[in-house]
Amino acid sequence: MKRRHFLTVSAASVGGALVYTLDRRPYVVAAQDKPVRVPLRFFTETEALDVAAAAARIFPADEAGPGANEAGVAIYIDRQLAGPYGRDRYRYTQGPFGNGIPEQGYQGKATPREIYREGLKRLAGIARLSAPEQDAGLKQIETTSFFALLKTHTIEGMFCDPMHGGNIDMIGWQLIGFPGPRMTYFEEVDSHYGNPFRPKPQSLRQIVGRPVKASEDEA
Amino acid sequence: MKTLPAADAVIVGGGWTGLLMAQQLASRTSMSVVVLERGAPRRTSDYLDNMDELDYAIRLRMMQDISKETVTFRHSERDRALPVRQYGSFLPGAGVGGAGEHWSGISYRYVPDSFDLLTKTKEKYGAKRLPEDHAIQDWGVSYAELEPHYTRTERLMGISGKAGNLKGKLIEGGNIYEGPRSEEYPTPPMKMPYLAALFRDATRSLGYHPYPLPAATTSEPYTNPDGVSRAGCSYCGYCERYGCMIGAKSQPTNTLMPLLTKRKNFTLRPGCWVKRVTVEGGQARGVTYIDAAGEEVFQPAGIVFLASWTLNNTRLLMLSKVADPHGNLGRNLTHQISIPAAMVFMEKPLNRFIGAGSAGIAMNDFDADVFDHSNVPFLRGGHIYTVCYGFRPMANFGVMPPSQKAAWGSAWKKAALDAYDRTGRISFYGEHLSYKGNVMDLDPVYKDAQGDPLLRLTLDWRDNERNMAKFMAEKATGIARAMGAREVTPFPGLKSYDATRYQSTHIQGGAIMGASPESSVVNSYLQHWHANNLFVVGSSAFPQNPSGNPTLTAMALTYRAADAIVERFVKTRGSLA
Repeated sequence: MKRRHFLTVSAASVGGALVYTLDRRPYVVAAQDKPVRVPLRFFTETEALDVAAAAARIFPADEAGPGANEAGVAIYIDRQLAGPYGRDRYRYTQGPFGNGIPEQGYQGKATPREIYREGLKRLAGIARLSAPEQDAGLKQIETTSFFALLKTHTIEGMFCDPMHGGNIDMIGWQLIGFPGPRMTYFEEVDSHYGNPFRPKPQSLRQIVGRPVKASEDEA
Repeated sequence: MKTLPAADAVIVGGGWTGLLMAQQLASRTSMSVVVLERGAPRRTSDYLDNMDELDYAIRLRMMQDISKETVTFRHSERDRALPVRQYGSFLPGAGVGGAGEHWSGISYRYVPDSFDLLTKTKEKYGAKRLPEDHAIQDWGVSYAELEPHYTRTERLMGISGKAGNLKGKLIEGGNIYEGPRSEEYPTPPMKMPYLAALFRDATRSLGYHPYPLPAATTSEPYTNPDGVSRAGCSYCGYCERYGCMIGAKSQPTNTLMPLLTKRKNFTLRPGCWVKRVTVEGGQARGVTYIDAAGEEVFQPAGIVFLASWTLNNTRLLMLSKVADPHGNLGRNLTHQISIPAAMVFMEKPLNRFIGAGSAGIAMNDFDADVFDHSNVPFLRGGHIYTVCYGFRPMANFGVMPPSQKAAWGSAWKKAALDAYDRTGRISFYGEHLSYKGNVMDLDPVYKDAQGDPLLRLTLDWRDNERNMAKFMAEKATGIARAMGAREVTPFPGLKSYDATRYQSTHIQGGAIMGASPESSVVNSYLQHWHANNLFVVGSSAFPQNPSGNPTLTAMALTYRAADAIVERFVKTRGSLA
């Protein structure tokens, strides 16, 4: 039987973090008690740690607020790759495969899973390096399509609805002052000209009042 | 193959035009009407769950399944076409309501001279000004003929806006460059989010004529002449690529389905993928489809309507080898010049998450032929606008002002956070002329999941589009400065057609309408020239693309065709033209 892999999300990095909203108002993130062990669906633990380390250099925690590790970006990417997106369910994959021009879009045969498995070879062990060494490692690959995908997925994992595994505690949304899904702004649409309107974010599950099925959990 | 009992009418495609035709036939005649829709059933109550950017705006849950069918694309016949493997420049919808469910709701009428573009342009500038390989044609119908049907469509949907030309009287605050309209809009303009208000004030200060976008995201509760009531918009920002959870955005499911479900002579069959229309001896006999259970079915019918999305209308005619003696099928493929003419980076936060698919301001001072083109290197124009459709964080985080060079890491993050809710877009939607080289045919290599050839698009911009885009980017940059932007990124220029950049879902042509069978596939009643009981409905009929969004025109043409069918064709069964 395949060994189950887990990614441990540190509570220390989340707990009590001071986040600033776009209008520079401080916002305290609720502290958690214990580290959380998240079962992985696609990555091995080693891969997940490398992805997490790389994502955390793309979107670091710093004086401007929390980053990819605090938001759970690696968990988001793991679930996406395990699901239909990772298998290329959303792409026309019939051959023949030809070399196109950029305006024809990505023509490769490799699925997102395969692009990660291949790309991660060049980042193997990055989790154990110092931050400057990690940056140097990423510099080596920053023109690759794998890096472009990793950056896109890092942003997605920062700002997705929490049901997708990223944006834990809506930490990403707080960072940019995004309230998440909300039923109405009828009163606010023209009454906050030039002033930040920053209601407390709510997730889709909170709005709907029940779990919503995410695409990564579909066949 | 199973053969079903004959229907009086079968309609391929359950989007705006297919369901409008069904509603007209089913309510005004006793005909049995069957609509075949490839996708799933939908209703307003499904849409609360879809307020999720990832699954709907990025994974594109409401679109056709591209793994099963796509198009191939190349710039010219000298190039090798390759499949568009993931959605990019346009987004065809699937499911009941079609793309009419996920549209943004911007609801333009085309300006009067769009309909006789060839005649008017020659008259004013001479034939020599027309681009060398142009395929521009008149439509065979005039604005005056369509005006009542535009009005019907606006009342059907409860379009919000402000008239700029009421029976010839120009009205400040509306679009003074529009064609004369017989009535004011059914509902008042939408409220304006901050960015749109900044754009309005800046364009007004420059002497332009801004007006609120005509919006199917209705500004207040509305009951249409058919008795269908809908809520007013709440500016939640989940319109384009989403269905409306409160039914404020007019969609086929909330505007037409409530009427259709009451009709006993109407049948909707979702999950049915139509493969062929059978035409024998100049008469359509019915359509063959794969049903939801995977079984092949023949549906005989007295009248056949192709009302699927533009490209699929053309493809079905090609796959079915419907008579085309003059080689008109597949001609006049157009898209739209749709560019971020200037990205603006403002001083103050914009609260961009507030908005609606058609909450915005536009100006048409450079539209159509409202300004003299004698000394500019292009014909025609379009509208410059700002729409606050609801800012999506995943898609928009990291749009950087020109002064910021970092692409990742702390410096990038800090600059991106600072820019995030201060970023706005001044857009330009421009006319796309038709050219002999921009065409569709069946791809010789690539197939869909059923084994049928994909449609091949041969499409590229010409200098007219490139020069127009450059001119408009300069105008937009001037507006951006007047808005007080601290930084501006002007559009870098149109080069070759890019199938990866989303532009709009406004693809036109392929089965174009016209005044004669020598130069068109359907007449001005959308009736096939070589099969009286075959109608091809939708923007596949547009000979070229005027500057606005196509839905209202597609609907007005459908109403006009429906009138002719109900009043004349059911009795005579002859040519309507």
